[in-house]
Amino acid sequence: MNDHDTLGERLAQQGVSRRAFLKFCTAMASLMALPPGSANAIAEALIKAKRPSVIWLSFQECTGCTESLTRSYSPTLENMIFDMISLDYHHTLQAASGYGAEKSRQDAMENFFGKYLLVVDGSIPLKDNGIYSTIAGRTNLDLLQDVAKGAAAVIAVGTCAAFGGIPNAKPNPTGAVAVSNIIKDKPIINISGCPPIPAVITGVLAHYLTFGSLPELDELGRPKSYYGETIHDRCYRRPFYDQGKFAKSFDDEGARNGWCLFELGCKGPTTHNACATTKWNGGTSFPIESGHGCLGCSEPHFWDAGSFYSALSMPASPLKLATGGAVAGAAVGIGASVANRMKKNAAKSAHETSTIADLEK
Amino acid sequence: MDQELFLTWVRSTGLDIAVGIFVLGTLWRLIEIYTLGHKPDLAVPRHRTGASGLHTMFRRSVPPPGMFKRSAISYVGGYIFHIGLAIIVFLSAQHIKLIQGLTGLSWPNLPSQFIDATAVVTLATMLMVLVDRINNPVKRFLSTFADYGAWALTFLPVLTGYLATKHLLLPYTMMLALHILSVELLLVFLPFTKLMHVFTLWVSRWYNGDTNSRKGVPV
Repeated sequence: MNDHDTLGERLAQQGVSRRAFLKFCTAMASLMALPPGSANAIAEALIKAKRPSVIWLSFQECTGCTESLTRSYSPTLENMIFDMISLDYHHTLQAASGYGAEKSRQDAMENFFGKYLLVVDGSIPLKDNGIYSTIAGRTNLDLLQDVAKGAAAVIAVGTCAAFGGIPNAKPNPTGAVAVSNIIKDKPIINISGCPPIPAVITGVLAHYLTFGSLPELDELGRPKSYYGETIHDRCYRRPFYDQGKFAKSFDDEGARNGWCLFELGCKGPTTHNACATTKWNGGTSFPIESGHGCLGCSEPHFWDAGSFYSALSMPASPLKLATGGAVAGAAVGIGASVANRMKKNAAKSAHETSTIADLEK
Repeated sequence: MDQELFLTWVRSTGLDIAVGIFVLGTLWRLIEIYTLGHKPDLAVPRHRTGASGLHTMFRRSVPPPGMFKRSAISYVGGYIFHIGLAIIVFLSAQHIKLIQGLTGLSWPNLPSQFIDATAVVTLATMLMVLVDRINNPVKRFLSTFADYGAWALTFLPVLTGYLATKHLLLPYTMMLALHILSVELLLVFLPFTKLMHVFTLWVSRWYNGDTNSRKGVPV
């Protein structure tokens, strides 16, 4: 089998029916907010699309992004579509190791220079010359710069690659940064989330295969079709927010009635992602549906935005200056009071009694 | 600084600084005002009913005869936006949660639609009293920069809060951050402007009523 034959041939080999394939294309068109007619265009383009070479680099990460992609949807069509790309290098999924693995990456880089897609998950440490994460003796920074040179586009999968994520959280001991902090001359698409929704990854790949370009992005480089609205906007518990009905603890009557989790720290209002519509585990549910507030994992610096369990309207960290302010305020007040008294007393003692004789002078 | 960092800053460091200055300024001014004292009044009081101070605290909320007709906008508008502010600040779920976070006290909230409607009425009323202040020659003559500043410091938190909850003009995260920032500006300036009346209002009314009674004008 040719490694880079067309998607149509590969689907036929795997016994995927045209009906199932069209269903997938329609779902993708709908997810990407494209007109209904474009489902056929996607199908036509995907059938003829050559399987692109994909090099997947894993840096400072937990492999959760790969877990999300491989487990959640398997064995649905989305997962098969992922099979339909030629994944030439991926630590977790590849059979080869050591020299063979690195050679596979090198071959892909040479054979498909300027055409391959580079997927990155994990952040890149810069402190101390990047020694905190190395692969085959090379730092993540060196590897990223080298592989990005010949990439058609870079897909930063997960919040670590997109925004620095947890390694970047204070005090950021490794000096971790996002892909976009290093690569400036290639189109970068951020698929944030900790982990990101698998359908979003496959959706972006489908868009790339169909149109040969990346989808429209928001100001943080995320595809607007998935990150255009907040979790709160699309949350099925939103009516309870509007009615002012909030769960006060995870086991009170409000929680059992499925009321809004805002007061329990839900970050849905400031979090852009498709969890509330696309959902997880094959459309089963999403965190809020399971009774827990949104952590805001697809937003930059979500780890440093205060407790997951304090409401957005509450302080993100304890107030430290109020006591000092009270002491200082009392001191200044007493000081001003003493100064005022002294001024009054001085005026009183400087007072001279005038007589009629004085006035007639 | 991106909007998420900005929001986190106003929710942590910014709030800390603002509350610190607010507490400092408020205590400073209250202590200074209440320790000012006055010269011993050696004269025998002209009239002592004993309750003039208390009466004045409430009588000043009622327009004197004839004044309502002459300045209806000030009275009606003043009542509406003060009550509106109290409802928004003390009865919306988010604000109760904040107060609970700071003090541990909490109470039931009103539905957000009611708060939204109150905010619209409050904003409209505040605009109305501003237009009246500018249009009325006497009020315009008496107004200083501090008056317009105090108006803006009060208006902006309501406006940004409404825009944030309704997802208007700017992304919610940015608008929420601006809302919190506008409240922090209000906290910082409150003790040092005429907005200090939130603390001094009742005592100064009582003081005036009591003094007037000593001078023979009991109410």
